[in-house]
Amino acid sequence: MKKRKDQCGRRGERIFSNICVMPSLIGVLIFFLIPFGIVVYYSVINNPIIHDFVGLENYKRLMETIAFRKAAANTASFSLISVPLAVILSLWMAVLLERDIPGKSVVRTFFLSPLMVPTASVVLVWQVLFHTNGTLNQIIETFGGGSIDWMKSSHGQTIIIVMFLWKNMGYNMILFMSALASIPRDIIEVAKLEGASGWYQFVHIKLRYLSPTILFVLILSLINSFKIFREVYLLTGDYPYDKMYMLQHFMNNTFNSLDYQKLSSAAVLFSLIMIVIVAILLAIENHLGKDVE
Amino acid sequence: MNKRKKEKILNTFVLIFAVTAAFLFLMPTVLTIANSFMTSTEISANYGAMLENMTEDKKTYISDSVNLKFIPDKVTFDQYKNVLLKNPDYLMKFWNSILLTVPITVFQMLLAIITSYGFSRYPNKFKNIIFFTYIILMIMPYQVTLVPNFLVAEKFNILNTRWAIILPGIFSPFSVFLLSKVMKRIPASYVEAAKLDGASEFQILTKIHVPLCKGAIVSIAMLVFIDYWNMVEQPLILMKDAYMHPLSVFLSQINTGDIGLAFAVGTVYMVPTILMFLYGEDYLLEGITYSGGIKG
Repeated sequence: MKKRKDQCGRRGERIFSNICVMPSLIGVLIFFLIPFGIVVYYSVINNPIIHDFVGLENYKRLMETIAFRKAAANTASFSLISVPLAVILSLWMAVLLERDIPGKSVVRTFFLSPLMVPTASVVLVWQVLFHTNGTLNQIIETFGGGSIDWMKSSHGQTIIIVMFLWKNMGYNMILFMSALASIPRDIIEVAKLEGASGWYQFVHIKLRYLSPTILFVLILSLINSFKIFREVYLLTGDYPYDKMYMLQHFMNNTFNSLDYQKLSSAAVLFSLIMIVIVAILLAIENHLGKDVE
Repeated sequence: MNKRKKEKILNTFVLIFAVTAAFLFLMPTVLTIANSFMTSTEISANYGAMLENMTEDKKTYISDSVNLKFIPDKVTFDQYKNVLLKNPDYLMKFWNSILLTVPITVFQMLLAIITSYGFSRYPNKFKNIIFFTYIILMIMPYQVTLVPNFLVAEKFNILNTRWAIILPGIFSPFSVFLLSKVMKRIPASYVEAAKLDGASEFQILTKIHVPLCKGAIVSIAMLVFIDYWNMVEQPLILMKDAYMHPLSVFLSQINTGDIGLAFAVGTVYMVPTILMFLYGEDYLLEGITYSGGIKG
């Protein structure tokens, strides 16, 4: 019914709403989409001066590059671990804080504090924490453990995950808390009266209401999992130890060595993967949408 | 009775856990501020080992290990004197940060309000496709848009100027994505009522959508500001002249040199974000309240 009315809306109003989208669209076309078209073009020619079409040659060359494979594997494993972790941990914290405890708002503010600190200052703190003779190793040694060379071992990725969770959990938690607060109380009261356990209430009632928020937090965390590169870069520079060598390192370095063909292929490949992921998430959302209604 | 008791004990445990976790989260902030008040001798006593590793020459280190210390032996404002009075460089870079971040935030938000309004009214297939494209663009790490950015800046002859960073920043679709989702949830009845009163589409935007989304607008603006306030990659690639670089870039370079100074500069750099939090934390907390899903 509502939809019908919208479609019958006066023509001028429809046009106005279309015009509203235009300035942004034009800017996005100029600054992102059209140049990205050039990037796609770059990925199938041999070099920017001769412009010979080489098909998938650049992609083949990219795949054969060991640095690329390593970087792609690191980035994939980091995102696959950290994104679900960011969602689950912050949801768990939000559910914990639903309890009737004092000082909730202070706790919430503390969790948001990572947003305030300048990235470079935080990196300094991480350096002190994860230094070979740093705080963390001192703590481990007091408890009788051996010290770990965090930056130059397979633990490198742990550091990135810790930095990522520290920075992003707070805001995720806030989003979950407000979503939890908007679940109709009476439904939960009924469930309680009927003797549903806390776990049952969570899985069968709350999770259903939370599912859009979970998807939303998932996509925000995905974005942020790529943004954490800033910290990694400031922490490690251009050429870190193996486990910390991310896709963004590879792209930066390829950019600096002016191998635009390889860089373009990597950018196109990355975009294709993201399109697939977002399409899957949208499909899940559509499916869930039907479910709730 | 027994159940209530159990509940109480559980609550205490949760409280202890939450407070501990909260303090761990707060620690880097406190540490940065506390260390900025230490004397340089104290700093090198604590972080000497790290400096030795990083610069190797000059500094002689005192302690073998690196220590995190919260309370200064002697509170001093020396580092601040250095930052604020002795060396105009820092304030210049601070100003550079403002010159980049403020226009990006303001214009990105203005554009986002108009665009989100467009997306939230009369949806059609074409708009859905654009919105999907925006989501993809929003996810991309900077390194993917790096070549496009560079090509455009070269083409328009704005390489090595602030415009090379500001213009793509204004059109970045992140805020459009967030705000559209909030605007789409404004009940249709509000709009209908306004229409009956004879409001034009533009009035609906300014009188209904903007006031209703005020919290969301403020909190999204905060997120955008924080993101650009800490930018590192863009200036390094798009502006060759170091004198135009924002303090965020410069700050990371001091880290490897004078650590005490780095903490003080970091604290000064934190002031705008802290002020923003004091003003807007409530908005941040309730801002994107009915957020959910991807499409909006």
